[in-house]
Amino acid sequence: MQILGIESSSLVASVALWKDDVIVAEYTVNYKKTHSQTLLPMLDEIVRMTQTDLKEIDVIALSNGPGSFTGLRIGSATAKGLGLALEKPIVEIGTVEATAYQCFGYNGLICPIMDARRSQVYTGLYRYDAQGNFSEVFGQCALSVEELVEKLNTYPETVLLLGDGVPVYKELIERLAPGRFVYAPAFTARQRAATVAALGAVRFAQGRAIPAEASVPDYLRKSQAEREMEEKEQQA
Amino acid sequence: MEERPCTILAIESSCDETAAAVVQNGRKVLSNVISSQIALHTLYGGVVPEIASRKHVEKINPVIMEALSQANMRLEDMDAIAVTYGPGLVGALLVGVAAAKAIAFAAQKPLIGVNHIEGHVAANFIAHPELEPPFICLIVSGGHTHLVEMKDYGEYEILGRTRDDAAGESFDKVARAIGLGYPGGPKIDKLAPEGVANIPFPRAKVEGAPYDFSFSGLKSAVLNYINHEEMLGHEIRRADIAASFQDAVVSVLVSHALEAVHDRGYHSLVMAGGVASNKGLRSAMSAACEKQGIKLYYPDPILCTDNAAMIGSAAYYEFMKGRVSGYDLNAVPGLKIGQR
Repeated sequence: MQILGIESSSLVASVALWKDDVIVAEYTVNYKKTHSQTLLPMLDEIVRMTQTDLKEIDVIALSNGPGSFTGLRIGSATAKGLGLALEKPIVEIGTVEATAYQCFGYNGLICPIMDARRSQVYTGLYRYDAQGNFSEVFGQCALSVEELVEKLNTYPETVLLLGDGVPVYKELIERLAPGRFVYAPAFTARQRAATVAALGAVRFAQGRAIPAEASVPDYLRKSQAEREMEEKEQQA
Repeated sequence: MEERPCTILAIESSCDETAAAVVQNGRKVLSNVISSQIALHTLYGGVVPEIASRKHVEKINPVIMEALSQANMRLEDMDAIAVTYGPGLVGALLVGVAAAKAIAFAAQKPLIGVNHIEGHVAANFIAHPELEPPFICLIVSGGHTHLVEMKDYGEYEILGRTRDDAAGESFDKVARAIGLGYPGGPKIDKLAPEGVANIPFPRAKVEGAPYDFSFSGLKSAVLNYINHEEMLGHEIRRADIAASFQDAVVSVLVSHALEAVHDRGYHSLVMAGGVASNKGLRSAMSAACEKQGIKLYYPDPILCTDNAAMIGSAAYYEFMKGRVSGYDLNAVPGLKIGQR
């Protein structure tokens, strides 16, 4: 079985090829938001280097949000175009969830935080048990850092923080709860397509793939125009 | 033996229409599918970029699949994949560009990035099989107002452009001011014949640039007129305002276009873009051209609006010149006509 993983929800652009439980290639760049220009050449590169026949891909695993609206759409439109041309389905993977999935072996709680602007982070809480089973404690959502810290303090376990929200909010987090959290090291601190593909393999086996045309990003937020319209309606 | 036609799948998502088409040899349209979001944006009084981009992601695959199905063809039958990469809303463009690149890559087909405005011009090649460059072309739409000399396929000289609002944009703004709503062009065009063009709105000339346009002064004059009439307690004669405003826009478009045709020694004129389906513009331009022995070309309204068939036509001529794009093709929101 072969799975193509795509991740473009943040500053990180990443593609990976999963073949029968082996990551045969992964290409990750965390440098400037030029996903529109870089994502497909990166995919082209790993496909050529591994002599992969794209037609043999079984499913496309897509990091589907939350994240940068534009980044999500570039990933989504790319995955959907590939799905259309290859006649293959998409398995949608939560971005926060996939980010946590890479912290296999950590025996506390795993909490990715993505900078969501407007003083919020996209976050969620996950854990691996002693048998290595991955599970969700609470699912993907947008919270203020204050709300998140308060929420995390209700759990007795140590909590590992990772993601691009860490450098943005670490100072505030340490002020709110000094020494309470552990921070992931650089090699496991950001989104990557290998975890998207690996989690995709699990979900695909569970029969959770959908037709490519049905896939849409999970923005977690409405557009500004819609929010303003709703506020106006509520006031009226 | 008859030569096999060159078949192109074209994708367009530069503004608020998700569109795909299959076009042969740049002239024959096998399918032309357009999914319009107008009803959605009407709620907001204009196109909301974020909403448009989200809608494109939802619609892109069904629209492409429908275009192939209506053409009774499969992706393997295509010779190339074409896509609009500018100008337009960046978030909207990116959806079509990313999808087109992925399809071209996975199906191992050449990719052709197309300029949206050049696509509008090419709509005339579909509508008029005998039409070939060179000619003078007036491109008028919600986002663009250009007077160009198309010297050859893919070769343009810009003679004039708007200094501020696009012609279509001024229609939208005036329509809003007199309570007609969005989109303004068709609504003003429909109301204008019920009124009399008896209000002397200005016809702007740009100093030292005889082919350039300026519509913001006209728009302000209309708004001032409305304020003034309201202050005097007069009834606002919407039909007369529509007629007078449309007459002012149209007369400038006609006079500039004909001047360019004469100055450059041509005997034909081509119109393109959404505003080229404006009935007031069509009839005034037709009458002026007839009087001066100029042959006028414009496409059917369905090819004036944003569509992918026109992109497939423009792409064919790019392809024939060996111009193809790489997988690093990016959306260029401010892409200029003729820019490569």
